[in-house]
Amino acid sequence: MDFIFYFGDVFSPLSFLLLLGGTIGGLILGATPGLSPTMAVALLIPFTFHLEAVQGLILLGAAYTSTVAGGAVSAILLKIPGAPANIATTLDGHKMAKQGQGAKALQLSFLASAVGGIFGVLLLIFLTPLLAQWALAFGPSHLFWLAILGVTVIGSLDSASVVKGLLSGCIGLWLATIGFDDIMGAQRFIFHPSLGGGINIIAALIGLFAIPQVLTMFAKGRRADGAEVIEVQKHSVLDATRELLRRPRALSIGTITGSIIGLIPGVGGQIAGLVAYDQTKKFSSEKEKFGKGHSEGVIAAEAANNAMVGPSLVPLLTLSIPGSPTAAVLLGGLLIHGIFPGSDLFDNHPDVAWTFINSMLVGQVLMCLFGLYVAGLAARVAQVPQSVMAAIVLALSAFGAYSVQSSMGDVYVMACLGIGMYFLERFGFSAAPLVLGLILGPIAEANFIQGGMIADATVGKASYFLSGGLNILLIAVVVASIAYSAWMELRSRRYTTKEEAQA
Amino acid sequence: MKKLIAGAAIALMGLAGAAMAEEYPERPIMMMVSYGAGGATDFQARIVTMTAGNEDALGMPIAIINKPGAGGRVGWNWFATQADADGYTLAAYNVPHFIAQSIKGGVSYSADSFEPIANWGADPAVFVVGADSPFNSMADVVAYATENPGKLTFSGAGLFVGHHIAALQIEKAAGVKMAYIPTKGGGAAAMKAVIAGEVMGGINNLSDAYRAQEAGNVRILGVADLQRSDFLPDVPTMQEQGLEVDNSSVNFRGVMVPKGTPQEVIDKLAATVPAMFANDRVSKKMAAGGSPMHIMTRDEVKEMWAAREQTLKELLAGL
Repeated sequence: MDFIFYFGDVFSPLSFLLLLGGTIGGLILGATPGLSPTMAVALLIPFTFHLEAVQGLILLGAAYTSTVAGGAVSAILLKIPGAPANIATTLDGHKMAKQGQGAKALQLSFLASAVGGIFGVLLLIFLTPLLAQWALAFGPSHLFWLAILGVTVIGSLDSASVVKGLLSGCIGLWLATIGFDDIMGAQRFIFHPSLGGGINIIAALIGLFAIPQVLTMFAKGRRADGAEVIEVQKHSVLDATRELLRRPRALSIGTITGSIIGLIPGVGGQIAGLVAYDQTKKFSSEKEKFGKGHSEGVIAAEAANNAMVGPSLVPLLTLSIPGSPTAAVLLGGLLIHGIFPGSDLFDNHPDVAWTFINSMLVGQVLMCLFGLYVAGLAARVAQVPQSVMAAIVLALSAFGAYSVQSSMGDVYVMACLGIGMYFLERFGFSAAPLVLGLILGPIAEANFIQGGMIADATVGKASYFLSGGLNILLIAVVVASIAYSAWMELRSRRYTTKEEAQA
Repeated sequence: MKKLIAGAAIALMGLAGAAMAEEYPERPIMMMVSYGAGGATDFQARIVTMTAGNEDALGMPIAIINKPGAGGRVGWNWFATQADADGYTLAAYNVPHFIAQSIKGGVSYSADSFEPIANWGADPAVFVVGADSPFNSMADVVAYATENPGKLTFSGAGLFVGHHIAALQIEKAAGVKMAYIPTKGGGAAAMKAVIAGEVMGGINNLSDAYRAQEAGNVRILGVADLQRSDFLPDVPTMQEQGLEVDNSSVNFRGVMVPKGTPQEVIDKLAATVPAMFANDRVSKKMAAGGSPMHIMTRDEVKEMWAAREQTLKELLAGL
């Protein structure tokens, strides 16, 4: 119960002020396209040079929590996912905004974020030693199967047909091979110097999601309905809370999936939202509503990506291994004050460790409060005429893609992918499976090759990848997931033929 | 955000024409780091440049810009081909990384594309094993590898980086074959593989390994450097354990400018930057973070680059 003892420190005037500043600043940074949580935290590191260790970490922790949630704002209103964590939020969130329910979608996303986030931090507080063992249990073979599990999701994610979903997943897998391969040192498909580092995932996200939408808006031209103004329905927070409580399944699946996936080093937040979204869809009684502006989709995705924040810090705080890029930046923030994460942190600097963790807990609540306030204002974005909106989104997209690595190359990549996606969308392909392929490709490939190298030197590939409890469990889940998709596909076909026969 | 604005401002002013040496520097300077924000190079670059704005240093702040990708190749390619050679664009170098990459080819730079200014840090590679490993010295490792050729798995951060060089040197010195497993995701992923027991050992940075040993997760068996480290006075070097491994794999970090930068600017930087690194506040912060400092002047760095290129060419010739 150490953490209760240090709760007072969070509320000392300067600390609380920093917490407030970090939360509000984090929300704004998170809502800015292209500024991922990792970037936001990195930008704040220089400010912590002049602060005490505890205060510096409060600022960073608050910013981390709220940037993850802030990403939902641009995902819902502009269809620009600020980070991979927000991809799943765009699927239903933006549809809701288009139907005039932007305020409701934002409120739900912040409430779900807070619930997921608090659960994640509580896990971090109570189960850290146990979770650390878990995080280490995932070796190359397990991460490979986990990535394959993600691939099985591709077919059913946000697509009209399984075949088109798989096809766009394949395009994503191919795009992922571009660049220098870290493990074998090979150069693949580098037909332009700006592709040397591979396709940057954030630039790709902005291009694939935002640009087709901009082109569609421009394509409408100056017709009268181009200036159509969407009515924004007012939505009270109380209603949003009630809505959230009526969806316990989406909320709990999102929270639990996010916590488990967030724990695994190297996979983390990138796919937590998407996997939670897909699971919720599979267990939901209203499957057909997903992708058309269904509140469960937003709840699951946002609960998952904030639930991942707490557990993603477990490997860093206990073993001194940063499990995600953001954790790596936080490590820098600790080192600069001479604090080494690991046993040293909890034994010799408990005030730093626990105040930091507590501040994330309080930060979740503050984030939710400010988020709900912002939701009311921000939803008015939908009232901007479309021609103006298209220009704003285009400008933000170019700015976002450039700011990731201060590189014009990323802007070209964003533009090319966006234009390509515009045409693909006309043929019924969608961006989400493509992005999933882009994210999972490198994880599956790197772990397969690495595991293969270890296996060749020791027990052989077959027994390395196919034996052991965790491997078999993951393979079983993969098989179940494929079987379920196949079964659903067959069943829906039977229904459609029946309906056609009746008609 | 600040960085971006500073970067944009610098880029704009770069177009306005070259301001020359007497007043140099008369506006903020940009320094490119070819690794991501939060990595060891980025972290150290931010610390060593934090006093640049002081009157006794450059009198102008240095803004860090990250251009990560492909093990540093993206950033250095940009620096060699597109950066302005006016003294307002600096870059951090990592030796042996960029020299090894240029020897293997596929990049548009070599050691001749850049002019060194000064070196701030030296992070040797070390051999680590899990806390419960049966190996207690490099002799145990070599003995196991001799009995089981190609079966001893050990991790490191990628190919043609310091870790890989150290691995090649150890194999060559001991005359054994081991299974080097390059990881994606840098030293942290390689360290995780050792702690989790996925591999039997690993090469890692001294600074990261020191932290992991303090936390009780690993043991350090040997340092691939010429002398013992101040951080690890009890850990013998490879040479002390009979393995002829020199300091070729030590990760030297420092500052450089593109070829073609005016000589007066280079001279001014070469004179002030080492003193800037030696600042008290800088060395305190670096020591607190477990980052070993090693300040070298421009001439010393030039010598070091040439020597590195020689050894790396020989070592990588057979690959």
